[in-house]
Amino acid sequence: MTSYENRVVISGIGQSAVGRRLNRSAIDLTVDAALAAVADAGLTVADIDGIATYPGAGGGPAGFAGPGTPEVQDALRLRVNWHAGGIEGPAQMSAVINASMAVGTGLARHVLCYRTVTEATEQGGGGRSGIGAGIPKIGGTLQWTIPFRAYSAACWLALNAQRHFHQFGTTREQLGMIPITQRRHAGLNPKAIYRDPMTLEDYLSARMVTTPFGLYDCDAPVDGSTALIVSTADYAPDTPRPAARLEAVGTALRGRPSWDQFDDMTTMAARDAAASMWERTDLRPTDVDVAELYDGFSFLTMCWLEALGFCGHGEGGPFVEDGRRISLDGELPLNTHGGQLSAGRLHGFGHIHEAVTQLRGDGGDRQVPGQVEIAAVANGGGPLAGCLLLSRWR
Amino acid sequence: MTEPFRVLPHIGPDNQFFWTSGRDGVLRFLRCRGCGYFIHPPGPICPRCLERDLSPEPVSGRATLFSFTVNHQKWSPDIEEPYVIALVQVEEQDDLRLTTNLVNVEPDEVRIGMPLRVVFEDHDPVFVPLFEPA
Ligand SMILES: [Zn+2]
Repeated sequence: MTSYENRVVISGIGQSAVGRRLNRSAIDLTVDAALAAVADAGLTVADIDGIATYPGAGGGPAGFAGPGTPEVQDALRLRVNWHAGGIEGPAQMSAVINASMAVGTGLARHVLCYRTVTEATEQGGGGRSGIGAGIPKIGGTLQWTIPFRAYSAACWLALNAQRHFHQFGTTREQLGMIPITQRRHAGLNPKAIYRDPMTLEDYLSARMVTTPFGLYDCDAPVDGSTALIVSTADYAPDTPRPAARLEAVGTALRGRPSWDQFDDMTTMAARDAAASMWERTDLRPTDVDVAELYDGFSFLTMCWLEALGFCGHGEGGPFVEDGRRISLDGELPLNTHGGQLSAGRLHGFGHIHEAVTQLRGDGGDRQVPGQVEIAAVANGGGPLAGCLLLSRWR
Repeated sequence: MTEPFRVLPHIGPDNQFFWTSGRDGVLRFLRCRGCGYFIHPPGPICPRCLERDLSPEPVSGRATLFSFTVNHQKWSPDIEEPYVIALVQVEEQDDLRLTTNLVNVEPDEVRIGMPLRVVFEDHDPVFVPLFEPA
């Protein structure tokens, strides 16, 4: 199948330090990640002619947004032919997808694409505060949730999860195999935040956040920046490390763009993004060697497994329940770095970074055995969803 | 009577009818005068037939529980946990849903599919629609 994606690769990846409380500024971390990615791609800063980020400056809880493109462009004095940052689009993946379209249309040759969070430092020791908590009045779409004390995406998505449990008989014991298996992977990742083994008993006895989500169903806020260089495929033969070829992007949103009014609460927008991705490629789910699927909450990963067709709709519970299929030596190694649940909430970009790492065979102790040829990456939850299919450049 | 703290909606021309509807104990949704479709949240047009002639219409206040979560996390210092956040399906139309709270029920007695009816919490001029077992 010929598509614009054939003209695009990820030529380099980079990541700053990642930690629970780094006490460094977002721009400082971003520059670390950007310079690492530029060098990894075998380029210099002068070669970068495009820049993209998600969500752009401002907005969201403290430490959420990271620096916008003007701040990063100016810090590095980039001379760009194309630039974009914004929050509306196929989840965090919209930055990468926008960059890929700029490269695919010839607007830019090498786009610096990044996502930075400093939520651990900026939210301090007080734990995550609720969206809109403490303010007297709220407008816009949040008026339909915040007055009902649904102060967090945890509450919104718990409604989806509880419906899935009801409709398909999914259990906490099944859901828990996602964080438990990912924790095992994190034990092999020196950069992961939580590396001690987790048992089912640990999982079930952790404090409840909002049913059916317990503490270990929720990701861990961290500080860190991840950067990618999205390049023209012409450059792929010249990269120092193997490039990742862009096979297909998934961008659709065919249901209502709403957390609580989406037609099928058990699938959410992941259904549409995944369907549109498979419509753009001859590859099939059985071709995928490794899956890096967003886990802001464990349940989102289960939704992506179903949406991407690794199992049937509603079959996510049985698919993960013994943990074997999703282990490093299983049929579909999942979130091989530990995911956001154990390696920290790098907000989707950690998953992309890990997919490229696995395609290159650079995973060290956590490298999936055998040659990884195809990786699926997904970001987002609720009405936000975007996904990619990547392959190893040969 | 002093009602418990809630973040309240900003009231404007598009949402005033909804948030003040409970003054007479009746829940109302915006409805298309062309095809009868209920539109929520309120919008400028009927998404089914593109009619622009819409008006708030009363519904029975009966609903069934579509999904719920028992929240234990302290997101805000003003509120006592646990409490039940619910997604209810309003009787008049299959896709007419509302995120709300359940009241007058113990969290461990909540079941998806249970019949509910609307009650209003008075924050005059706003009346917040909540649901209790029918
Ligand atoms: Zn109509």
